[in-house]
Amino acid sequence: MSFFEAISIDKTYGGQKALNNVTIHVPEGSIYGLLGPNGAGKTTLIRIINQITAPDAGELKLMGKKFAKEDLAMVGYLPEERGLYKKMKVGEQVLYLAQLKGLGKKDAMTKLRYWFEKFEMVGWWDKKVEELSKGMAQKVQFVVTVLHEPKLLIFDEPFSGFDPVNANMLKQEVIELKDKGATIIFSTHDMASVEELCDYITLIDKSKTILEGNVHDIKQKFKSNSYLIEFEGNPEDFQNSMHDNFEINSITSLPYNQYSALIKLSGKGKSNDLLRAATGSVSINTFRELLPSMNEIFIRAISENSIPVTHE
Amino acid sequence: MAILGPLLFGACLVTPIWLTQVEDNDVKKIGIVELDEFNKPVTDSLLFFKNIIPNKGNLQFTYLYNIEFRDIERILENTNYFGILVLSHNLIKQKDGVVDMYAREQPSLGIEMHITKSIQTFLFENKLLMIKVPPQTINALQTNISLKTIKLEKGGFKEQKLTGVKRIVAYIAGLLVYFFIFFFGAQVMRGVIEEKTNRIIEVIITSVRPFQLMMGKIVGIALLALTQFLIWVLLTFGIYQYSSAYFIHKQVREQSAQIESPTNLFATDQKTPVQKTDVKSDIELSGFLSYVHDINFLLILGVFLFYFIGGYLLYGAMFAAIGSAVDSETDTQQFMLPVTIPLIVSIIVMSNAITNPAGILAYWFSIIPFTSPVVMMARIPFGVPANELILSMILLIAAFLIMTWLAGKIYRTGILMYGKKVNYRELLRWLKYKD
Repeated sequence: MSFFEAISIDKTYGGQKALNNVTIHVPEGSIYGLLGPNGAGKTTLIRIINQITAPDAGELKLMGKKFAKEDLAMVGYLPEERGLYKKMKVGEQVLYLAQLKGLGKKDAMTKLRYWFEKFEMVGWWDKKVEELSKGMAQKVQFVVTVLHEPKLLIFDEPFSGFDPVNANMLKQEVIELKDKGATIIFSTHDMASVEELCDYITLIDKSKTILEGNVHDIKQKFKSNSYLIEFEGNPEDFQNSMHDNFEINSITSLPYNQYSALIKLSGKGKSNDLLRAATGSVSINTFRELLPSMNEIFIRAISENSIPVTHE
Repeated sequence: MAILGPLLFGACLVTPIWLTQVEDNDVKKIGIVELDEFNKPVTDSLLFFKNIIPNKGNLQFTYLYNIEFRDIERILENTNYFGILVLSHNLIKQKDGVVDMYAREQPSLGIEMHITKSIQTFLFENKLLMIKVPPQTINALQTNISLKTIKLEKGGFKEQKLTGVKRIVAYIAGLLVYFFIFFFGAQVMRGVIEEKTNRIIEVIITSVRPFQLMMGKIVGIALLALTQFLIWVLLTFGIYQYSSAYFIHKQVREQSAQIESPTNLFATDQKTPVQKTDVKSDIELSGFLSYVHDINFLLILGVFLFYFIGGYLLYGAMFAAIGSAVDSETDTQQFMLPVTIPLIVSIIVMSNAITNPAGILAYWFSIIPFTSPVVMMARIPFGVPANELILSMILLIAAFLIMTWLAGKIYRTGILMYGKKVNYRELLRWLKYKD
């Protein structure tokens, strides 16, 4: 049983189908990525999960039971467009929002102190939100989202607008949150973050799910059985040691008399045999399987999805 | 603004009254030239128009002897005479006479009226004298009349005082309710739109039900309005205390100066009936200030509070609904009609209600919930039967409860809907959505 499920969700907006029979199963304590091009339906799905809008069909389940409005108390939602009262002071506002989530004032203050010190935000307490830069406001919003220690966190495009330093800090936080037991769903275009963080993903395109599952499994599925070998030695010797099963895609020369070769296994070729063959001819520095990056998978999956499929 | 408002308001109350006390300090001298029936300057023995026009305030009338026409231009250019009035003996024979005044500037309406009225009175009395009606009789012929209403109320008849003052109070009270409703209602709308445009609604909506959010906003701004109102009342009260002390003191000074002068039409000295009106306006002022002490004022304040809150809640709910249906303030135009029309109708009916507080128009519009806040306030200073007041209040409460329920339905759907061009038909559909 998954921690959270959205099952067969349909949603139509003014004639346009935004979500078509979309299902996701989110295991407990995992980091789940919602991927897809712009306009695919990710934000719609997120709003449905947050019970901001209701689906036309389908249901939501939390730990096997129907996801009720009361359950939102253990959800933390970070919307894509930062939403804070501009003319209110930061301190007042975070306290208010914390209390809305059911935290007592004292409890909230303690937690806030922890987060504000951690993120070096203490000096912003008396500033009005409109005085903060975009990145600063996002930090504040993040604190508001995680303050009440929600079990389910939902981030809509959390990395957009962050500079690399802050983006990295956010990633560290996400991992920490997972370690503390939270389940995290986030939507993003940033494939690098998917690479670093996600255990599971769902790829949505044109309102339908086109890819779903464990990241590792997906990479296996998309891999092309390619290997990278970096060596020192005679490239011709290397070439000769390659059997039929080992297709040489390229051999590139590197500085200091080193070479980098891309080999594709075909037919019955096994990685161990390749290694044995290579060690016989040259001195190996690096031997590694090339898994496709999420970026490559994304592009490939989307482009495959756009090829019109002819039905009977 | 919370402090400045009452100061401005107090100034608005006090200034017009103060202005009636202000005297234009520069003296205006007007010369009177008398011509006989052949339009020639008269000789001493035939003086007829002497003392025809009494001095008033800074206007001084001086009789000029032996002045020819050609002298008039010279006088006006070389001396500080404001104007030269030319009175001909022919005036007595005319039914509709024209009197010429030669001047460098257009005289004020007040000056004109004073001159014409004085001449008319003089001529009338002289015509009576010419048919041998004795002066005492002429005096006795005059009667000044003012109307006093004695209203039948529970517990007997009650003399109605100071209707003029009541009219002012009615007008101010009605306008205030209108202003408060519009001003604070619009704040509700703006707050709703802000929450929508900066997307904080998405964060809050996960913790709070839409209806709670709407009511919180309406009630919150109501409290703001009450605080503002309280500050106004306190500050205006303070200003009134100060100014009443000042004016009463001044009145005592002036009245002691007037004691010597008799008020007689044919008095040969300068003090004349005109002084009577000065005294009267002073009495009206202190009467107004003492009226404020009248127990009725507490009733008015209490009713004001009720209608202001009731009217605000009614319109506030509408404003909240409108704010939730649009994406920006500019889009609100198409929905403002149901709000502005009843309010403007209220103001129009209010003027009628003030002159005719017991009339049909006043009655109906003080009962109908959308216009009752303003119109009932205009009626209250004149006294309203208890059953009418209670009926009006009950209807207002019912109306705002219904409106809040309807607004809640619109608000709930509208706040999360972006980008869609909404019209009245759409709103109707939202009303039908189930929870």
